[in-house]
Amino acid sequence: MAVLTEEQTMLRDMAREWVDNEAPVTAFRRMRDAAPAERYDSGAWRAQAEMGWPGILVPEALGGVGMGYVSLGLVLEQLGRNLTASPLAATAAATSAILIGGSEAQQTEWLPRIAAGEVVATLAIDEEPRFAPDRITTEAAGGRVTGTKEFVAEGDGAALFVVATTDGLWLVPEGEGVTRSARQMVDSRSHAQVRFDGAAGERLAGSDELPTRVTDRAAAATCAEMLGMAEAAFEKTNEYLKTRVQFGQPLSTFQALQHRMAKQFTELELTRSVVEAALEAIEADRPDVPQAVSLAKAVAGETLHLISRETVQLHGGIGMTDEHDAGFYLKRARVLEAQWGNAAWHRERFARLNGY
Amino acid sequence: MATAPDVEALADPLEAFRVHAREWLAANFPPSLRGKDNAMSAVEGPTELSDEEAAWKHAMGEKGWGVPAWPKEYGGGGLSRAEVRVLHEEMARIGAWNPIGGMGVMMFGPTLLEYGTEEQKREHIPPIARGEIRWCQGYSEPGAGSDLASLQTFAEDAGDHYVVNGQKTWTSGGQWADKCFMLVRTDKTKKHEGITFLLVDMDAPGVEVKPIRLISGSSPFCETFFTDVKVPKANRVGEEGQGWTIGKRLLQHERTSLSGGGSSAGRFFAGTPLSELAKHYVGTDEGGRIADADLRMRIVRHEMDLRAFMATLRRAAMEAKAGQGPSATSSIMKNVGARITQERAELALEIMGMAGLGWEGEGFTPEELAQTRGWLFGKAVSIYGGSTEIQNNVIAKRILGMLDHQ
Ligand SMILES: Cc1cc2nc3c(=O)[nH]c(=O)nc-3n(C[C@H](O)[C@H](O)[C@H](O)COP(=O)(O)OP(=O)(O)OC[C@H]3O[C@@H](n4cnc5c(N)ncnc54)[C@H](O)[C@@H]3O)c2cc1C
Repeated sequence: MAVLTEEQTMLRDMAREWVDNEAPVTAFRRMRDAAPAERYDSGAWRAQAEMGWPGILVPEALGGVGMGYVSLGLVLEQLGRNLTASPLAATAAATSAILIGGSEAQQTEWLPRIAAGEVVATLAIDEEPRFAPDRITTEAAGGRVTGTKEFVAEGDGAALFVVATTDGLWLVPEGEGVTRSARQMVDSRSHAQVRFDGAAGERLAGSDELPTRVTDRAAAATCAEMLGMAEAAFEKTNEYLKTRVQFGQPLSTFQALQHRMAKQFTELELTRSVVEAALEAIEADRPDVPQAVSLAKAVAGETLHLISRETVQLHGGIGMTDEHDAGFYLKRARVLEAQWGNAAWHRERFARLNGY
Repeated sequence: MATAPDVEALADPLEAFRVHAREWLAANFPPSLRGKDNAMSAVEGPTELSDEEAAWKHAMGEKGWGVPAWPKEYGGGGLSRAEVRVLHEEMARIGAWNPIGGMGVMMFGPTLLEYGTEEQKREHIPPIARGEIRWCQGYSEPGAGSDLASLQTFAEDAGDHYVVNGQKTWTSGGQWADKCFMLVRTDKTKKHEGITFLLVDMDAPGVEVKPIRLISGSSPFCETFFTDVKVPKANRVGEEGQGWTIGKRLLQHERTSLSGGGSSAGRFFAGTPLSELAKHYVGTDEGGRIADADLRMRIVRHEMDLRAFMATLRRAAMEAKAGQGPSATSSIMKNVGARITQERAELALEIMGMAGLGWEGEGFTPEELAQTRGWLFGKAVSIYGGSTEIQNNVIAKRILGMLDHQ
């Protein structure tokens, strides 16, 4: 665990308590079965807003709490633990874009409303099923954005889109020229196709590096969620092995399984280190952010892949049933592994960054 | 000149059989059904057959070639191993597939042929050979999974019949099955020696099934409850208390067919090669290589693994002496087969990115949606039929002679 300030410790503990009491996995299951259009529980989102979470990155002057990325990661990790369907990660990623590239006018227009939880925002980057930020065809001219974005996380409920175009990132609010079509995916969360058809937008300022800086922040946020998921799934398996009796003894007494659990625990520890390091690098705005993020996303991807498979396998038949939660972790895991570049994508970038 | 090889071929009985098989298949297999075998049919339950499919199934059933190696007198094909191989080659050549399968073919039939009485074989084998009847497997219970011998379902002796009470679970196809082969306890004082092998009608009074939904969204299996179910003693296979031996033999047949080493060989690994899938979804570089170098190498590793597995299956088949049943190496095959099946699905999913993670509705092709469901269902292959861990225990103890520490 990173060395946390008193404030951060309080934030984390409060988030853990809220997630455990108000948003257990059964809440996710209820949301899945009810399938609201926006694919999250809006009551729960209001509660998260009251706790100030959508404003974690937003400066106090603009209605936020200005706590930064490590704090954001602490909250997302807790949400990940119980698979809470929340637009927080997507909104925070869009918030990053406005913070880095937004003019004062843009910031004062959007950030207070985002911090208050009134506006759910998201990034609209990908145009293909795989992350390929260097293959963007969406165009922007004369204040109008045209193009189609695929698998936009929280695209069903978002009121504001940060859209990647051939001319940098654009801010496009919902409205005329914006059409969304739901995509029902394995994790039961929102991943809409969003079409921009001459939609009114404003360009975000900033260098050519803005899109990368923003997707790196989105990837780091995703890593925090993945870490929480991996940890919770691992704990559930560990508990199960201690209670399930076969051959007259708890499964946890079999050395073949003990070593498997030890291996997962080891990977989890490594993952925590690199995920926290990436968030710290971003918070300090260090030049090695790209490397730190690629390291974290690749390691977190591999670890969650391993643990989500083991969770099903080690639960045996019960883990294969819809009634059990193991499958939820497996399904969400693959989506987050693919989002913002999978492990292979980040290994490739890591190699390039290091001149191999 | 042109007729000379044929005359020679007919002099060789195996080649004569090949000619016969080729002619019979040409007359009976409609080319429109080429490659139309539904790999998910075992999971999804019965589907309406088209007239062509029904005719094909009927023809194969009458010929006995759905179970080509089983004795003719019980409706099998009565073919030698060499003839079976030729039949498979000829079927593969024209894209024909076997319409007769299921648990009756894969595991129950071979076991009954070995342990059943003459009456039992005459009663039960022909309908399996014709694909007229569905069997399910009543082994697992909520408290008896890997540790199967701790099963509790009890069959009480009531003179000419047993009265069965208890609960089974994960009964694949239980809701569609006509009959169930099951292990029950007839003696509570002994663990392995207190188990008996029974055949039960699924529509007998007191049998109740409750489908269970899987993570893949399908409900291919059930909780099965038995309340005062009367089972005639004529439906006991082997002696009372001998069920463990018979039941274990059946598990060997199950493993062999699940590894792809049985009648369904190759079926799990059919479909578009991963390299093609990757070229389509990931694209290629200037050299025509799969654009993602890291992924490319992992596809190669998978492909080599698959080829090594197939080579081992072939070698094992060649080494097996005629008449010998499945052996302990079936554990190795089952594990490798499961690993390869799951790795393939994970790689396909990675290749397809978000398109490989669709659940339903707009925006995904039917193949993409099938990929998602197949990936999820495939997580079961390392759990059922004896989990990977249990097979490893078998390998360590039975093949390597390593000792149990308890
Ligand atoms: C899709 C599907 C279909 C099935 N169909 C049928 C069917 O038709 N009929 C039927 O009777 N059963 C069926 N089964 C049940 C299947 O055989 C059991 O799930 C399997 O035997 C495992 O038992 P379990 O689920 O109770 O897991 P458990 O025995 O509780 O095992 C949990 C985990 O612990 C591991 N483990 C257990 N013991 C040991 C040990 N000694 N050493 C190391 N690791 C160990 C297991 O490998 C597993 O990973 C099916 C299961 C599935 C998933």
